[in-house]
Amino acid sequence: MIALELAYWQETVIRVGLAAIVVPTGAAIAVYLFLFKLISFMQSRLGPMEAGPHGTMQLLAEVSKWLQKEDIIPDNADKRLFKLPPFIILGSTFLMFVVIPAGPTAIVSDLATGVFYVLAVSSVSVIGVLIAAWASANKYALMGGIRAAGQLIAYELPMVLAVVGVVIQAGTLNLQQIIFAQSTGEVFGWGGIGNPFVLTQFVGFLIFMVAVQAELSQTPFDMPVAESEVVGGWMVEYSGVRFLVFFLSEFAAAVGFSAIAATLFLGGWSLPTAWFNGWEGSGRFWMHFIGPVILLTKTMALTGVIFWVRFSMPRFREDQLQKMAWKFLIPLSLVNIAVTAILKVVM
Amino acid sequence: MPAPKPKVPGFLKGLGVTARTAKETMFPDGMLRNPIPSPTKGAATVQYPHEKEAPAPRARGVITLQEDNCTSCMLCVRECPDWCIYIEAHKTLAPPRREGGKPRSVNTLERFDIDYALCMYCGICVEVCPFEALYWSPEYEYSEVRIADLLHDKERLGQWFETVPDNEPYEPGAEVKKKPVSRKENK
Repeated sequence: MIALELAYWQETVIRVGLAAIVVPTGAAIAVYLFLFKLISFMQSRLGPMEAGPHGTMQLLAEVSKWLQKEDIIPDNADKRLFKLPPFIILGSTFLMFVVIPAGPTAIVSDLATGVFYVLAVSSVSVIGVLIAAWASANKYALMGGIRAAGQLIAYELPMVLAVVGVVIQAGTLNLQQIIFAQSTGEVFGWGGIGNPFVLTQFVGFLIFMVAVQAELSQTPFDMPVAESEVVGGWMVEYSGVRFLVFFLSEFAAAVGFSAIAATLFLGGWSLPTAWFNGWEGSGRFWMHFIGPVILLTKTMALTGVIFWVRFSMPRFREDQLQKMAWKFLIPLSLVNIAVTAILKVVM
Repeated sequence: MPAPKPKVPGFLKGLGVTARTAKETMFPDGMLRNPIPSPTKGAATVQYPHEKEAPAPRARGVITLQEDNCTSCMLCVRECPDWCIYIEAHKTLAPPRREGGKPRSVNTLERFDIDYALCMYCGICVEVCPFEALYWSPEYEYSEVRIADLLHDKERLGQWFETVPDNEPYEPGAEVKKKPVSRKENK
């Protein structure tokens, strides 16, 4: 075993550096695997093939193209506000990754109320979207921004309420503890696969994934950026490196939300204790290495599902979107909470 | 009449369609027989600069000129919606058809240019030509670096005439429609 004593600032530098590498890499993998390749295969075409073997370097080519573009700010735009949203949205995305554990100790900050923190931080991006919409001084941007605000607020609720079921069942707000509860739990007295909450909280999982789809404004819920209705929505005036930031943080957020879903519902970095005890002894040592791989696999599988739905579904109408959140998902998640709470007490 | 209710909810059916297409693209031989993804084989894509697509015989690739058939009647020039055909001609004397007759006066083409920067491939010129001088060819590789170079003259248009495919039978075994005017090589 390696015993390494690091000062607080050294640990912080390592953590921040790792996050700065992991987040864009995760986004890049998601873009390549799903946006470039999966959608192409679903349409019986190949996608990018020229830049690198099988187009693997395509994103680098795209990024270098965006970086070369002119920095355009509309005349009527509020110049200072216009420059702000990329930082807010990128910051909100990065902060999400702070509490996601990738191993027994591989976590930037093991907050006691991690679930609360992650849900709060992820909704900060709405403010960035609204600022972008308002500062652009463009009617399409404003329409898109209003749609985004309505949609993101409407789907924040079912998302939070779906997570409450998990929190009740695990009895903690700490993500590591939630993973521990899934790894060592039992489904109706049988502990063969632990208790990944996707089994007992299946309704919550579905609600969470639908809400995530909407939070990320992925098609069927892409009204804020619907190109055929509001020509790009709140992003309409953004180009070049600012658009690049929006684009990449969209995918980083997709990866982040999938990682949260994997942590809350699929058991995170851990395996069922019955298979491999990652919590003590030598298992804990090996989990430092295979934990991140397990988390990445689960995360990418869930990201794949998000993009699969995105590439298969047409867009909802704006009123259908609101109806679905307020009249269906929120009542359903309230029922889910009530049932979970009753069963938790009874059983 | 209300539409019949789908047996599988539309949402799942849609997901199934995309998943099946992705599977067929990635594993064209079936997942069990060849579990290594080979999308280059399964996809419908033709990777153009590396491999060439065989265009359909009636594809509207480029308009070609059979110069001998052209009488400079200017019908194509006048019918062209965006005026991309340029014809200049002068009258010359041709030897008489029969011995002892007087020489015929025929139009000789000096210039027959089509500006493919303007052409919108409507094919009206091919339709209106009464003398079967214009034909469609499926040839498509004639892009140029300079836009002015897209103005192709009658020599270039005549070269493309060699690529005009023969008529195909409408169905197997049917009589093949003959081109009413014999082509250059048949003369």
